[in-house]
Amino acid sequence: MQFSEQWLRTFVDPQLDSDALGHLLTMAGLEVEEATPAAPAFSGVVVASIVEAEKHPNADKLKLCKVDVGAGELLQIVCGAPNAAAGMKVPCAKVGAVLPGDFAIKAAKLRGVESFGMLCSARELGLSEDHGGLYALPADAPVGCDIRDYLGLDDTLFTIKLTPNRADCLSLEGVAREVAAITSTALRKTEIVPVAPSHDGRRAIVLDAPEACPRYCGRILRGVNAKAPMPDWMVTRLARSGIRSISALVDVTNYVMLELGQPLHAFDNTKLQGAIHVRHPREGEQVLLLNEQTVTPAADTLLIADEARALALAGIMGGEDSGITLDTTEVFLESAFFAPDAIAGRARAYGFGSDASHRFERGVDFELPRRALERATQLIIDICGGEAGPVEEALAADTLPVREPVRLRTARARRVLGIDLDDAAIQSLLERVHLNVQRDGEDFIVTPPSWRFDVEIEVDLVEELARLHGYDNIPAVAPQGSLMMQPSTEHARPVWAARHLLAARGYQEVINFAFVEEAWERDFCANEDPIRLANPIASQLSVMRSSLIAGLVDTMATNRKRQTERVRVFEVARVFERKADGEPVTGFHQPMRIAGLAAGPVLPEQWGERSRAVDFYDVKADVEALIAPRGLNFVRLSHPALHPGRAASVALDGRVIGIIGELHPVWVQRYDLGIAPVVFELELDAVLGARMPAYSEISRMPAVVRDLALVLGIEVSAGRVIDTLRQAAPAVVKEITLFDVYHGKGIEPNKKSLAFRVLMQDTQRTLEDAEVDAIVTGLVKQAEAVLGARLRGSGG
Amino acid sequence: MEHLDQLVQQAAADFAAAADGAQLEQAKARYLGKSGSLTERLKSLGKLDPDARREAGAAINAAKAAIEAELEARRNAQREAALLAQLAAEALDVTLPGRGAVAGGLHPVSRTLERIEQLFGSIGFVAADGPEIETDWHNFTALNTPEKHPARSMHDTFYLEGQDEVLLRTHTSPVQIRAMQAHVERYRDCDTLPELRVIAPGRVFRVDSDATHSPMFHQAEGLWVGENVSFADLKGVIADFLRRFFETDDLQVRFRPSFFPFTEPSAEIDVAFMSGALEGRWLEIAGCGMVHPNVLRFGGIDPERYTGFAFGMGPDRLTMLRYGVNDLRLFFEGDLRFLSQFR
Repeated sequence: MQFSEQWLRTFVDPQLDSDALGHLLTMAGLEVEEATPAAPAFSGVVVASIVEAEKHPNADKLKLCKVDVGAGELLQIVCGAPNAAAGMKVPCAKVGAVLPGDFAIKAAKLRGVESFGMLCSARELGLSEDHGGLYALPADAPVGCDIRDYLGLDDTLFTIKLTPNRADCLSLEGVAREVAAITSTALRKTEIVPVAPSHDGRRAIVLDAPEACPRYCGRILRGVNAKAPMPDWMVTRLARSGIRSISALVDVTNYVMLELGQPLHAFDNTKLQGAIHVRHPREGEQVLLLNEQTVTPAADTLLIADEARALALAGIMGGEDSGITLDTTEVFLESAFFAPDAIAGRARAYGFGSDASHRFERGVDFELPRRALERATQLIIDICGGEAGPVEEALAADTLPVREPVRLRTARARRVLGIDLDDAAIQSLLERVHLNVQRDGEDFIVTPPSWRFDVEIEVDLVEELARLHGYDNIPAVAPQGSLMMQPSTEHARPVWAARHLLAARGYQEVINFAFVEEAWERDFCANEDPIRLANPIASQLSVMRSSLIAGLVDTMATNRKRQTERVRVFEVARVFERKADGEPVTGFHQPMRIAGLAAGPVLPEQWGERSRAVDFYDVKADVEALIAPRGLNFVRLSHPALHPGRAASVALDGRVIGIIGELHPVWVQRYDLGIAPVVFELELDAVLGARMPAYSEISRMPAVVRDLALVLGIEVSAGRVIDTLRQAAPAVVKEITLFDVYHGKGIEPNKKSLAFRVLMQDTQRTLEDAEVDAIVTGLVKQAEAVLGARLRGSGG
Repeated sequence: MEHLDQLVQQAAADFAAAADGAQLEQAKARYLGKSGSLTERLKSLGKLDPDARREAGAAINAAKAAIEAELEARRNAQREAALLAQLAAEALDVTLPGRGAVAGGLHPVSRTLERIEQLFGSIGFVAADGPEIETDWHNFTALNTPEKHPARSMHDTFYLEGQDEVLLRTHTSPVQIRAMQAHVERYRDCDTLPELRVIAPGRVFRVDSDATHSPMFHQAEGLWVGENVSFADLKGVIADFLRRFFETDDLQVRFRPSFFPFTEPSAEIDVAFMSGALEGRWLEIAGCGMVHPNVLRFGGIDPERYTGFAFGMGPDRLTMLRYGVNDLRLFFEGDLRFLSQFR
């Protein structure tokens, strides 16, 4: 809400400057978002009367003016404004004045004639963009008066951001009430004298939905001139509240809403038929609103209707057909209380909001309608003339909100806030904001006023105490807690360990959006039915990702466009899949994953190392390092994202925990990657598992090492060979290490040679040569039998 | 005997003139070899009478020892020179860059989240997390925000197509509910609930995208529930955290009354640095408050017996302030030139 400080100070005028007042509002929970001056700084400008305006002797477009600035002598001023004319009152910057932009006014000669000052347009004073001519002031403007005083320009426009619980501060009177309470300054409420009826025209009011509208006041005003000019003071106050002057009747309703907080509505009385009904809509009923939108109100939307038709959405917006125009002479003025529950969320459902709905859904003082109606009546009669009828009030007293007394245990308040505030201080603070406080034994029984919708339970009062005592006055203490050691397990690692490990191996962490392009899900996951957002901000952010890989591919593409050839990135994040029995949110499986991508040279460009592109096995080593010392199984895999010959599933202890592979060449081309990256994606819970180290005895006996080269069919996988050898190896075989893979010269084209180093050792004795030979022979025999291998160099 | 002294001097001069080991051995042979001059003299001793032989023998042996010492010294000098020459030949250009892989790094926001977990971990907060597709109940209802509550308009919520009951969580606060429920379950046999201290950083989502808003961003939720947890404690913990996080006492922390449905009293936390580019400006970095009794109840905790505070910080904002980053969007664009600055 925006308002003028000067206007606020007509209600409450504490001895604080603008900055201090702004700080006070902020610290009271009425956050000042902006405090801007009503006009830029300037000085030396006064109200002047043009006594003579004649043509400049040497220039067609200039005028020679004699100007009265209240100094006794008339000033001679040369002026170029087309509207300069004798009898006009205008702002005059005297010699010595400084205009916005540090523009100093000096005596000058213009086309040979001396000029002692400058007559000003509104734009030259920074008051508006209007530069059509001199700023014409009202005829009664006092000559010689400083223009800043006359126009009230030394004012600050406060914009406060109100939290939804403080609807009582959505008015000048409400803010003033708060300032008065906090500064212990007197509050001057607007004096409102009921306007005695001068005709007896009435319109009956029927409350068909009393829970939604327990109070409705209305009155007919006749002989009103809707075209009457608005007084400057009201136009200025509205403008400084960010509201443009439209017409007298509209302006008055807006003014009273700002002043008191009561939204009003003015109907053209001649367009109404019979009694006013406040009711819910009938099937298929439509309303054409003031914003030219036609709505078919939902069953829970409250309407204002007459006997013929629906007129308006109650508390939200008036209707076009029953609204006032400049030709209106007879007004039916509405001032009602609509229950917050009957208004909340309705306007949003129709895709708009209004000042009225904003207030009603948060809570408007239910004792205010009659006062506001009287205030508006008086203002309309003052400005537009006319005669008021009697106030018609429909009241369903038993459905008005009830202000239930709330018990406050002062010891509890002290405990929750951690401050020592005695009972007398508590009572005094609460009474300052018009809460009724009664003692009941150790406790207080507190009843809030009608304008407070946010005091219902004890903690609401505790909050009020904290606010009024001042958050700054609550100490910041080092808390005392019970000390209990947290578990620290060796069976799992924190996610940070995995992040740091990948970072140490050259990967840079990225954070990508959880919602992605639908095409990514199709391409990289073959997911034709992704989880879609109902209200995405953009089509490329419209579905929840079920894999992190597409995001990493996109990161690679982005960086290659910026000439970064070597990309190693990873992300740790959730992915999203449908799963009927998902936990903890039924219907969804949302596991954390860790995924990486590597592309470009295996090492950054450097001297002394031959450059080569990163490949499957480099990234496989990274994956193995993430899981080490636990071992993984890799099995060839077909996956929509991956090259069919260069992809594997990754299994740990028999459970598939992820995938690794080179990106499919189709996607390399379609996503314009230039080179094929190698990617992996693993379940984070598996990565974070850990094995507690276990001791096994170190042998003091010498180890025996034998090398063994086997020639095998090209299709036999290394993993299978190692598994076969391990299974055939007795316990003294401690390690079987693959140290060479060869195919080429000396080996048949459809064969390859795998060379293993076999390390044998017994804990108790030295192994004998014969024994060792027998073991190696056994391994070879097994390989021959199971894999069709032969010993390299053994012919055949 | 002067003759012997001359011989020693001559030998020393010959040794010094020997340019390498071979020449030195040749020079040695001239004096100490089978037919070397000293050896010849020793052979000639037999011709002398015993007294003279003893005297001359002693003199010759002394000269021999002196020549051997000269020889050894010269050998050492030659070895040392050879080593120095070898070392000089082996010298490297130490200014050539080191070889091998280089490290990557964590995302700057991750750095912040890790520090948040560490700092709160140091006073017993345990890290927790919750789902990002969250139930409407956990995200709003259990946080005292019923349907049509005006506070719901403060969140522009992403919903899923064809789903009424689930949404993308708009804040990390639903973790409060899950943490309380799990805590109550774990200690259901205890007479007094042990203190619950939880820190839950994570990703959250709102329908908002401009220079200062990202549709996905981070929050770090903190919760402390116990028998005597007060607003003064909350102020203490947050002020302590901010000074530790920014590693300076040169900042002011301000608690400003605010409103959240799930805390009461509620506060916004502003921080102002007393030096640097942002000197004197109040910057909003978190919301906090005492856990609302209704929220404790939804978590299964008796609000009469226990009180608690909760806060939700903006780690993205903290990261920007800490490292001087001026555009939130940089965090989510994956530009390695940006990200690699935080290694």
